[in-house]
Amino acid sequence: MCLGIPGRITQIRESDPFPIALVDYGGVRKDACLAYIPDAVIGEYVIVHVGFAIARVDEAEALRTLDVLRAMGDQVTQELGEPLR
Amino acid sequence: MKYLDEYRDPALARTLLAQLRATATRPWRIMEVCGGQTHTLVRQGIDELLPAGIRMIHGPGCPVCVTPLEIIDKALAIASRPEVIFASFGDMLRVPGSRTSLAQLRAAGADVRVVYSPMDAVSLARADPDRQVVFFAVGFETTAPANAGAVLVAERLGVTNFSILVSHVLVPPALTAILEAEHCEVQAFLAAGHVCAVMGWTEYEPLAAKYQVPIVVTGFEPLDLLEGILMTVRQLEEGRAQVENQYARAVRRTGNGAAQDAIRRVFRVTDRTWRGVGPIPASGLRLAETYARFDADERFGTGDVHAVEEPRCIAGRILTGQSLPTDCSAYGTDCTPRNPLGAPMVSGEGTCAAFYCAGRRAARPVPVTDLTSVLNRR
Repeated sequence: MCLGIPGRITQIRESDPFPIALVDYGGVRKDACLAYIPDAVIGEYVIVHVGFAIARVDEAEALRTLDVLRAMGDQVTQELGEPLR
Repeated sequence: MKYLDEYRDPALARTLLAQLRATATRPWRIMEVCGGQTHTLVRQGIDELLPAGIRMIHGPGCPVCVTPLEIIDKALAIASRPEVIFASFGDMLRVPGSRTSLAQLRAAGADVRVVYSPMDAVSLARADPDRQVVFFAVGFETTAPANAGAVLVAERLGVTNFSILVSHVLVPPALTAILEAEHCEVQAFLAAGHVCAVMGWTEYEPLAAKYQVPIVVTGFEPLDLLEGILMTVRQLEEGRAQVENQYARAVRRTGNGAAQDAIRRVFRVTDRTWRGVGPIPASGLRLAETYARFDADERFGTGDVHAVEEPRCIAGRILTGQSLPTDCSAYGTDCTPRNPLGAPMVSGEGTCAAFYCAGRRAARPVPVTDLTSVLNRR
């Protein structure tokens, strides 16, 4: 549960009380709450912990991290509920 | 270098290892705090590639492992109630309580749901207002903002059938407890990168100064760990004891202020018992009085639970770095990820599970005859 996963924000929708982003983790898409990075914009990469974005990262780093995470298979599946593609 | 080709940059990994060999002149013992880091170290065989004398001690940073047995038993009591939907991160399900586990309860008919985020538990509560939805709020500072956020959302939306069973733990007090222990072997720490992404590293600065230990904020990828270890060894060799940041791409000194504000609003620091380790002052979080109505422990009056630990499990020695999983007589035989006796064998972040999944074998006991010949040679 401590494995933060970087993903790209593809949509942002207003929601009460916090905006919600649709985040793409190399093909797997899930909602992430933007309570803690409220000024995030579409196209940015964020590290998401159990449904909440907690840090920004740049694209090159995020893509490399996703490659490493693919190799870590089981841990990511446990975190995301499904494997990275 | 059997695993190096799997790294995202094998050449860089070799360079870092060469620098490490050139830098280390003496044996050093370094603790990696985070269970995710332990998993990477063991899985990639990094601990076996390090120069002789550089020893990694695996720390207590697996939230599944340190959640006290009493709270697991409370979770089991609450999940057994017919009106309850009990929601949890998946890795808590097979953690053994005194008599059973959430997974076994679910198989027997209890409504236990695996969720990806505490927000999913709030959604379950909104969709099913006649049921009580309880979320198992465990973890370190990484999951605390999410659990605080779920409570804030439930408050804002007036969701009254949602509550959380809290067993949050904090890293810096655990480091203090390790450093204060009588036979502390740890000379430096790799701090957990994602914990620091939330909290920053200001809390670690007084620890580094007071105990004269280098602390390097480190990510969880193989190259992060090699670089973090190199930065740590450089400090040790130069006699420095500072907080440095290897994981600069995600961590700032002050962390994420908005996330810290939410934690401070919803939670209060409290004493917490760590499974296998014992009580550590001011090492956990509980709900603040203003949010007590979201406290599942109060709502369901679970009260005092008498918990019984499995006697064969040496989790306490594992979690404090005093023993390796391969030192345990039950490792790989009576205790496997499929049938865990203790929590470190359950979670992907647990040291025993990390060793088992990497195929590490128990050390063969030395036969008596061999031992005699060794002694006679002295």
